[in-house]
Amino acid sequence: MDEGPEILFGIYCPPHPQPLLSPDDNSGYRKLREGFELCKTRIEESGADIILVYSTTWPSIVGHQIQAHPNPTWTHVDDDFHYLGSMPYSFKIDTDFAEKYMECCKDRGLHSRTVAYDGFPIDTGSIVALKLLNPENKIPACIVSSNMYANRAETIVLGKAARDAIKYQKKKAVVVVVSSLSNRMFTEHINPSEDRIHSAKDDEWNKKILEFFDAGRLEDISQLSRDIHNQIRVSKVVAYKPAWWLAATMGQHNNYEGEVLAYEALHGSGGAVIMLTPSKESVGDKEFDEDDVEYYHGDRDVLSQGDI
Amino acid sequence: MSKGEIVLGCLAPHPPHVVYAENPEQNEAFAEGGWETLRWGYHRLARKLKKIDYDAMVIFTPHWQTYIGTHFLGLPKFQSKSVDPVFPNLFRYNYDISVDVDLAEEMKNEASEAGIITKMMRNPDFRVDYGTITSCHMLNPEWDKPIVTISSNRNAHYYSAEVMNEQAGALGEACAKAIENSGKKVVLISSHSLSHRHFVTESPLPEDMSKEHIYNHSQYVWDMKLVELMREGKMKEVVDIIPEFTEQTIAETEAGGLTWMMAAMGFPDFSAEIYGYQSVIGTGNLIAAWDPNSETREIVL
Repeated sequence: MDEGPEILFGIYCPPHPQPLLSPDDNSGYRKLREGFELCKTRIEESGADIILVYSTTWPSIVGHQIQAHPNPTWTHVDDDFHYLGSMPYSFKIDTDFAEKYMECCKDRGLHSRTVAYDGFPIDTGSIVALKLLNPENKIPACIVSSNMYANRAETIVLGKAARDAIKYQKKKAVVVVVSSLSNRMFTEHINPSEDRIHSAKDDEWNKKILEFFDAGRLEDISQLSRDIHNQIRVSKVVAYKPAWWLAATMGQHNNYEGEVLAYEALHGSGGAVIMLTPSKESVGDKEFDEDDVEYYHGDRDVLSQGDI
Repeated sequence: MSKGEIVLGCLAPHPPHVVYAENPEQNEAFAEGGWETLRWGYHRLARKLKKIDYDAMVIFTPHWQTYIGTHFLGLPKFQSKSVDPVFPNLFRYNYDISVDVDLAEEMKNEASEAGIITKMMRNPDFRVDYGTITSCHMLNPEWDKPIVTISSNRNAHYYSAEVMNEQAGALGEACAKAIENSGKKVVLISSHSLSHRHFVTESPLPEDMSKEHIYNHSQYVWDMKLVELMREGKMKEVVDIIPEFTEQTIAETEAGGLTWMMAAMGFPDFSAEIYGYQSVIGTGNLIAAWDPNSETREIVL
């Protein structure tokens, strides 16, 4: 059997800046911060060569963009939470990996390109994740965008391309998804001490998803992605994609030890810090009818077919 | 103090391609041209603006997206570099912008009194969005007038395009009241495309005009329907169909800019001045203006 890449563990974490900028405004923000810090320690102890981040707050249109500037440096301010303060950053990017990831994307039919421009606006979610998970840049990182038009097939292939690149370069990787669970925020300014999940429905769905994560059922969450999108995701984009990417990158199974390190409200949205470590145990007895996909063929030109 | 007034309303799309194609000294990228129909339309509208007496430009932008209310730039100067996150190969623009903070605060206060959630943005490290920069550069490349940037609250995402229309309309009415109270003459800018489905690939030479066309014919037909209504001066009807238009064409009207501007101008019943329509990476882009002064209003195209 072909051996897969060495993915040490996966992390699911929220994009909002409160755990970075105002962790003491709410005990929940502090718990999320502590979750990030535990992940940071685990990363440092893991011997990882690279941290690969898929961020839902970096939307792309022209294919899939991969950060390849060796040292992106800027001071970022969030569009909504600008009053919480600025986020200066200086990251160490693995440019060789970025180039290889782009090549692997192309080999699987995806349109992809690297970006390496001074002042490129790295997104809030990536900045929060890398500043908290890798504050001293001990481990090189790479960031990939979330194409706003991409759906399941394209996102799964994007994950498989990441897997190809990790395997080709024989990296020991930690893969990170930056995403909320439920993403409906309050539409007015609130006292942070009174933060809570926006609705009971969002909270119940989040807790159900967290049960799956806790049991290591990543592929099951991936298969439930469309339901999750319909139930608790504000429709900014066409689908809830992070579970697809994470599952495809980590091997499309349920053999993980899941740890939910924190679950708290972030201005009404559901924020969780979760770790998934590959294990020998498998959970669940489900098979699924959505076919797997290895290569992205693009649009099917349905409109131009038939008797029109 | 005399009453302030809106002296012109402009629909000014912001694909960074048009600034790229102009090769201004502020932009690092170099182009061999491209998108002339839009650029030449912009040039003509910029010439018209030179003949109009105004104090400030107020721009509503889809690329400062806020989910917690409507935000206003609240510091007098912003100087930095804007790099387009989607087209960084085309747009890396060094800007130096003056803001009419007094006008921004008056708008913020009027909107708050109308029950709209608002916030002033006073973080000096904040980067002004490329939508603001592109539209303002094309309309006033000298940057010799202060601006006010208004964020786009994403009601269409959180609720529906109908709710967005109601909220953006209320914001427009509040802004009009603030302008009237300010005593200033103001140009409004609604910065966005019409249909907004992009191609997800880019030509090796982005300005290769042999590759540029609308994403599909249905987008074009919808865009032309709106242009027809604008020519006929039926702006109330345009705003009424914006929810359906937005849904059918993934239009950038989803942010609320056109509704905001039309509500602020009292839903003009006179013809829009049409300056140009062209696709950029598949999207439909129209430059148009509404001139409340019947003596200077003209048929452009």
